[in-house]
Amino acid sequence: MAIEIPSIPLGQWIEGGLDWLTTEYSGVTRGISRVTQTGIDGLNDALFWLPPWALLLIIVGLCWWVSSHRLAIGAALGMALIWNLDLWDPMIETLTLVVIATLVAVVIAMPVGIAAALSERLYRTIMPVLDFMQTMPAFVYLIPAIPFFGIGSVSAIFATVIFSMPPAIRFTTLGIRQVPVDLIEAADAYGATRRQKLLKVQLPLSLPTVMAGINQTIMLALSMVVIAAMIGADGLGSEVWRAIQRLRPGDGFEAGIAVVILAMLLDRVTQSLRKGRKA
Amino acid sequence: MNENRNVKIRVRNLSKVFGSQPKKALELRDQGHKRPEILDKTGQTLGLSNIDFDVYEGELLVIMGLSGSGKSTLIRCLNRLIEPTEGEIVIDDEDIPQLDDKALLECRRRHFSMVFQNFALFPHRTVQQNAEFGLEIRGVEPAERADIAQKALKQVGLDGWEDAYPNQLSGGMQQRVGLARALANDSTVLLMDEAFSALDPLIRGDMQQELLELQHRMQKTTVFITHDLDEALNIGDRIILLKDGEIVQIGTPEEILTNPADEYVKRFIEGVDMSKILTAEHAMRPVRATAREDDGPRTTLRKMSEHGLDSIYVTSRDRTLLGLVQVDALEQAAHQGKEHIRELMVQDFRTVGPEEPLHNLFAMFSEKSFPIAVVDAEKRLQGVVVKGAVLDELAQAGEK
Repeated sequence: MAIEIPSIPLGQWIEGGLDWLTTEYSGVTRGISRVTQTGIDGLNDALFWLPPWALLLIIVGLCWWVSSHRLAIGAALGMALIWNLDLWDPMIETLTLVVIATLVAVVIAMPVGIAAALSERLYRTIMPVLDFMQTMPAFVYLIPAIPFFGIGSVSAIFATVIFSMPPAIRFTTLGIRQVPVDLIEAADAYGATRRQKLLKVQLPLSLPTVMAGINQTIMLALSMVVIAAMIGADGLGSEVWRAIQRLRPGDGFEAGIAVVILAMLLDRVTQSLRKGRKA
Repeated sequence: MNENRNVKIRVRNLSKVFGSQPKKALELRDQGHKRPEILDKTGQTLGLSNIDFDVYEGELLVIMGLSGSGKSTLIRCLNRLIEPTEGEIVIDDEDIPQLDDKALLECRRRHFSMVFQNFALFPHRTVQQNAEFGLEIRGVEPAERADIAQKALKQVGLDGWEDAYPNQLSGGMQQRVGLARALANDSTVLLMDEAFSALDPLIRGDMQQELLELQHRMQKTTVFITHDLDEALNIGDRIILLKDGEIVQIGTPEEILTNPADEYVKRFIEGVDMSKILTAEHAMRPVRATAREDDGPRTTLRKMSEHGLDSIYVTSRDRTLLGLVQVDALEQAAHQGKEHIRELMVQDFRTVGPEEPLHNLFAMFSEKSFPIAVVDAEKRLQGVVVKGAVLDELAQAGEK
């Protein structure tokens, strides 16, 4: 006779908790939703207001400025291809989501990362949380996002921020912690306050590492906003999603290639920023 | 030489225990236990124990010890980069261990500038911005601090390098930036933590020389940490010898060499007995230039400036020593159009025979700054001994 061990109702507990959060904090979520939606709409409008060729020139110019003519030529060809494939509008929508999600993630991550670098206790509390955030399959975040913020771009931003934030926190903490102790000692010896130490020594010296973290965050954000098409986010992801539903591999690959181009551009530009502009 | 000098920093009964139960360690110490036993029994490291000393205004005090002697801990206790466990450190009536955070910052800004072994320059700042750091922290206006920093950089011979970054400079130059950063701050005390130890020997000698000149000019109270006996003897007005967190001896270089306090010091400066064996001949250097009694003042002056001398010995044709002339007397004579230097000669220098034991020479230096003339039985000039050479010779002998 088999002994029946009742399974722990972990799923039920989590659902109960989420339900409670949804009803108790509906005002908060609605507020966040409205602000985020305004941000998305504003940035979308601005980018759509520019004619594609103008935006293309701006992007090429930016690439040239931060890096080299090679990146600029690559950017021009890649953007032209996206335009030609008629994927310009979804590309803009994806870019908007990535930019907003990255901004939110960095704004949260920087102070948390700095605090974790300066407090051993916070550091030990926060590291397992980051592990959890990063290893939880990304799709799972999409589910609670819907009751919180409904179907659409705001939910996509929510899930994306959670998924993409950990590297920005980690790298900020790492960057500050690896500032050589003798430099900290020098700052102390000359009577620097904690604030002066942070602003004049620790942050400037950790900047390359922090930028590496932001680069990672952007890449994760891009991958997540594509997946977020499943909960109704606009952009290249929804093109892919539609291609899946209609079984049209050609369309799917076209949108996929556009994602790759966008990813490479974002990566190269932020990498160049990290290394400092060409001397 | 120190009786009537003002005390700048008074350190009394200073102890430092590394570990979580300092009281226990100090109790054991008071019962007469030593560092290794305390470590065995409590797991606490007795870094410094009952340190008493004064730093006089304007002196260059060297704290010397081997690694683990506690010298780095000691210098860091002075500005509380390391918190002392007990004791007094009084600077201008302020007891540093008692200061609250705000007063401590103020005290560090006003009193202490530090130069570090590995330079500790800020790699993201230019040479100029590094030199300005202390002033910037204190909130000095940009124009004013740029001005002060430039002067400091000039003092250490780095004008023209303001816009370079530290990684573009050699080790010696980087440490000059470190020194400029400290000088620009114009604090009352300069702390130098093994400041020249990371430099190669030639550069190091130069830096020591320059520090001495700077110190001579500015009379800046300086506490200098080193593990190197040569360095300590070369630059120190006084030397504190530290061993296992305790002071073994305090004294001038001469006192320490001639009168070591115990076996430890003796072993440290093993050359101490050598001072009785070593004679003036060992430390003697060939005379770079001499003058003849019938030379004119102008010829002599030119000869002196060629060789960088302030005074010159006058000899006859067979090198018999006749006297000494000084540069100011010569200049005056040149103005007045005198023909011979014979009448300008002075006799108040010291002469010794080649067999004179070195330790007898110490006392002679404290009287006059002229080099000591070494002459043979016929009063013929064999060579000269300068102050540094005596100490060098002893120190080198000590290393063998």
